[in-house]
Amino acid sequence: MIILLIYVAIFVVTFFVVKFVAQQAAKTDYTSLKTVTFGDESTVTPNRIASVVSVLTIFLLWGSFTGSKWVPGFLHAPGPFTGVAEFTYTAEADGQTDDALVRVLVHPVGEEATDPEVEPGDGFAKNDAATVGAWRSGLIRVDQNDELGRDAGHTVVAVNGQPIAPGQSVETDFGRVGMSPKGTLNFEPAKGWQMEPIWLPPPEAVMARLIDISKDGYRDSTLWEHLGYSLFRVIVGFFFGALIGIPLGYAMGLSDWFRGWFDPIVEFMRPVPPLALIPLVIIWAGIGETGKIILLFLAALWIMAIAARAGVSGVNITKVHAAYSLGASKFQIMRHVIVPNSLPEIFTGARVAMGVCWGTVVAAELVAAEKGAGMMIMVASKFQLTDIVLMGIILIGVIGFGIDILMRKVESILVPWKGRS
Amino acid sequence: MNGLSLDKISMRFDLPNGTSVQALKDVSLHLEEGELMSVLGPSGCGKTTLLNIVAGFLAPTEGKVVLNGHPVTGPDAERGMVFQQGALFEWMNVRENVSFGPRMKGQREKDYGAHVDHLLDVVGLHDFKEKAIYELSGGMQQRVALARCLANDPDVILMDEPLGALDALTREKMQSLVLKLWKETGKTIILITHSVEEALLLGERLLVMAPRPGRIHKEYRLPFADDGVGRDLREVKKRTDFGERREEILSMIWDMEEEIMGRAEETK
Repeated sequence: MIILLIYVAIFVVTFFVVKFVAQQAAKTDYTSLKTVTFGDESTVTPNRIASVVSVLTIFLLWGSFTGSKWVPGFLHAPGPFTGVAEFTYTAEADGQTDDALVRVLVHPVGEEATDPEVEPGDGFAKNDAATVGAWRSGLIRVDQNDELGRDAGHTVVAVNGQPIAPGQSVETDFGRVGMSPKGTLNFEPAKGWQMEPIWLPPPEAVMARLIDISKDGYRDSTLWEHLGYSLFRVIVGFFFGALIGIPLGYAMGLSDWFRGWFDPIVEFMRPVPPLALIPLVIIWAGIGETGKIILLFLAALWIMAIAARAGVSGVNITKVHAAYSLGASKFQIMRHVIVPNSLPEIFTGARVAMGVCWGTVVAAELVAAEKGAGMMIMVASKFQLTDIVLMGIILIGVIGFGIDILMRKVESILVPWKGRS
Repeated sequence: MNGLSLDKISMRFDLPNGTSVQALKDVSLHLEEGELMSVLGPSGCGKTTLLNIVAGFLAPTEGKVVLNGHPVTGPDAERGMVFQQGALFEWMNVRENVSFGPRMKGQREKDYGAHVDHLLDVVGLHDFKEKAIYELSGGMQQRVALARCLANDPDVILMDEPLGALDALTREKMQSLVLKLWKETGKTIILITHSVEEALLLGERLLVMAPRPGRIHKEYRLPFADDGVGRDLREVKKRTDFGERREEILSMIWDMEEEIMGRAEETK
């Protein structure tokens, strides 16, 4: 909730700052002279400053709420308490009451820690010492070293002078002291606002993990093997899907018998999410490469068939008529009119299919795989290696984005007339 | 027998709701080689159907089309067609579009190159040979369409409102170009148009069609096309006999339109 408020605040503040600065350096191009901008889609181009600030904001929030070294200390959200915490308790036994001190060393998780020094003190209740990891909590058996133990009716009745009973708790400066139903004290040091690394590691940890894994690999395979296997599956699956799907789509666009025959199949298979086919494909083809490639083939096949069919149906009949009256044969019309005319549709389909294939391969690897980006994050999550999970998600996103950019580039080279007829 | 003959063409087709439409009824006409005939008529009179039958895209239910002694059974390079718009191939540049016909016949660059370049000069696109179609204005695109049709050297050119999508100024220039090309090449041309002025200016013969069923209403022989070749068409338009003809045909078409409207209201 606080994070969301900070995010909205940054959004609003940077908006006003950037607008103010932009006004100072106003330029008069054609768009800036338009008085009607609300509702005019052509005046809405992405504000690149906003994009940069947006990405920086995400990293800033990520860094400051994980105590990242990349974010200056004064921007850090309050971290968990570490150091020596103290509180007193009041014990009752055999009708007597006595106060004693508890000194707890709160240490970062993973560090060795020993109990802090403490004097025994007077009275039957002796002072105690304990260690607790930050973000953790620990039971403190304060009666263990006391002269009158449980058998003498030892009960803790107050912490820092405030009464306490089983199930209740007392807030101290260092954290919360609770009491279990059986009367044992339980110290939970203040957590602050930062996320614990096992939930969300700081960005530098993810980066370090990336460097680490790209050097040493993960699970007997290098990072490039993991990513390469995923990409290989996508490309092979997509290739075969296009190889069968495009001619199938053409046939459906050109022949009523093909259209009638394959329409029910294609229309039925199209809305079936490829992920729903994973169990069946595993039963039929196992969890090896064949199974995954069949799955991706099926994911790409229907999309490509539909795209090719739409490409053929979308050909303007006057173009076909013109070609016939210029003396073209059926084959020449196919080669020079129908195929080039359908290319824009096919490229749109190919972009969709590549996106779906990439999503499907990751999901299939999550289910079962020996190598692959999805397998990497799945296995890491089982060991709560959140940094690897985050790294994997970022890499999967970057590669998916890269594929789409690449497809768009190829598209603009091969079908420059798209959307301009 | 040379020339283009239409012999009692009738076109009648069934609609999904069980009724049938008589799009054309007993249309007969003969065009000598090198004649330019423009076709006018209110919407729904079957002009485009008639053109599609001559082009071979549609088979008439009765009658036949004969060109230079042989019957028309389907589309062929001997009957070139110029469409209103959208018939150019965006994936080819201007020159590839114009040379499409010769290339489909298997000709080599050395066979058609000079002819294609000459045609591009004639239509004034010499400097635009390598341009993509979508980079051209509407008028230029129609000039490409004309050149592409001529590059195939057809016997008959069928034009389906070729200038309908152009602005008034470009349209005038294109009208002069059509007249010039007609005189220079001596092609037989059928031109469908919605504009009475255009039909009068370009048509050596003018066919006015009437709707429901589509039929020939009246035919004229006009002097304006011959007079207009190589001259300023605006001078032709100023002539009193041109103005009289225009009014005559306009009121004829108006009457037909009103009759259609009246009939439509009666059925309501």
